[in-house]
Amino acid sequence: MENLLTIAIGAILVNNIVLTRFLGLCPFFGVSTRLRNASMMGFAVIFVMTASSIITWAIYQYLLIPLNMEYMRLVVFILVIASFVQLTAIFVRKHSQRLHRAFGIYLPLITTNCAILAVVLINTMVKEYSLLETIVNSVATGVGFLLALVLMAGIRERLDLADPPGAFRGLPIAFVSAALLALAFQGFGGMLL
Amino acid sequence: MKEGTKLVVSPSPHVKDAISVRGIMSAVIVALIPATVSGIYLFGLHALAVIIASILSAVGTEFVALKLMGRKFVMDGSAVLTGLLLALCLPPTVPLWMPIVGAAFGIAIGKCAFGGLGHNIFNPALVGRVFLALSWPALMTRWVTPFDAVSTATPLAKGFGSVPIFDLFVGNVAGCIGETSALAILIGGAFLIAMRYIDWRVPLFYIGTVGFLMLFLGQNSILDASDLDSLVEVGKESLFHMFAGGLFLGAFFMATDYVTTPMTKLGRIIFAVGAGILVVAIRTVGGYPEGVAFSILIMNGFTPLIDRVIKPRVYGTKRGFVGGG
Repeated sequence: MENLLTIAIGAILVNNIVLTRFLGLCPFFGVSTRLRNASMMGFAVIFVMTASSIITWAIYQYLLIPLNMEYMRLVVFILVIASFVQLTAIFVRKHSQRLHRAFGIYLPLITTNCAILAVVLINTMVKEYSLLETIVNSVATGVGFLLALVLMAGIRERLDLADPPGAFRGLPIAFVSAALLALAFQGFGGMLL
Repeated sequence: MKEGTKLVVSPSPHVKDAISVRGIMSAVIVALIPATVSGIYLFGLHALAVIIASILSAVGTEFVALKLMGRKFVMDGSAVLTGLLLALCLPPTVPLWMPIVGAAFGIAIGKCAFGGLGHNIFNPALVGRVFLALSWPALMTRWVTPFDAVSTATPLAKGFGSVPIFDLFVGNVAGCIGETSALAILIGGAFLIAMRYIDWRVPLFYIGTVGFLMLFLGQNSILDASDLDSLVEVGKESLFHMFAGGLFLGAFFMATDYVTTPMTKLGRIIFAVGAGILVVAIRTVGGYPEGVAFSILIMNGFTPLIDRVIKPRVYGTKRGFVGGG
């Protein structure tokens, strides 16, 4: 049993899903051009991540393990994640056309987002967390994703005014900024509470 | 055309001063002379070689990068300052290729790739320093005592009580070339504050936050202090954490960088307090003995958000509650 606070700090800062594990990079670069869209994307990911973690945890513990069908986990997990993504997509389309356009392809892409699948797998396979630990880890990982996304959006809005050389304009300088941000986040390495 | 008949149409600012980038950079470099001299005095000629190598590499890299970008190279002193700052936060034992590589990385990736001075998000000297620290951790943690150069650990790695506070203040301890002497940095920093080149709030709130939190979170907590002696110990430990490591150099010369820190006074206070909290967090529960470089880099990443939330008052609008009639 790990301390819940350790799990939370670990998932938000020490093992930040984007800046330390380098997962979920597609939405990280795809939707970080504007701060508003970035924070909305962050909240969407927190929702999908938490909801699918709870459902997959239950399915894994009470269906797959008793039936010795762990090998089916990837298929089942992605199906669960896809359902929640579809739910989010319907909700966003109903409530904000503008946001729906801004998310574009990146919202359905959460389905195969490695970040969410990674969290689900960490919860069930790698760490074998209890339900409470699973919820804490999923929410914290999502908050870490939101933090990275919002930081990146702030930086990219400022970079709009910068004057990088031609080869670095646009996505390349965003990658360079993300790399330097990841360098800075190494300062959290080894932090234990 | 005669002067006075010429009508100049230009966007604001209309009132101009003689302050230039070159002037500010020169002042900061002058302010770093006490720290530089004390570093060379304490750690010998190799420290001087490290400083020269770092400055030459920074200027050379900027020259080459700007040429490749097809832009004009201006000797505005910013690259000299980056090189000097990087050298001052390196251990005195580093082989000479390290300042060269670090300064080149900091200038090329941390500054020129973003479009040069004024566009970079992160402090180039710290980008170089953290790059070196993460790439060659063993070489970046070889410390020696001043004067006789015997291998030892830094006061922060050894912990509170390992060195007298007075030695820590004047710099007679192991550490980075220009970081050990809080006194020398204070002299330069006071000069910059007196000349109004840097905001006094940043070092005050940065160092103050570290000192204040260490009253509670150090080995001797003020909450456990029962008598006068233990209170003195708590105060001493707080002073120890303020003077040890790179906090003074970072607070006066890196957290006050114009480009990579917030524009408003309130924003700069938030920056300084945030960096202070990060330093305490890294020193007490983190994986490194020292966290000044990381704390400033992380807060550099937060700077665009701080500037977005805290905006300068538009001239002519109400000034808070003062005179709000």
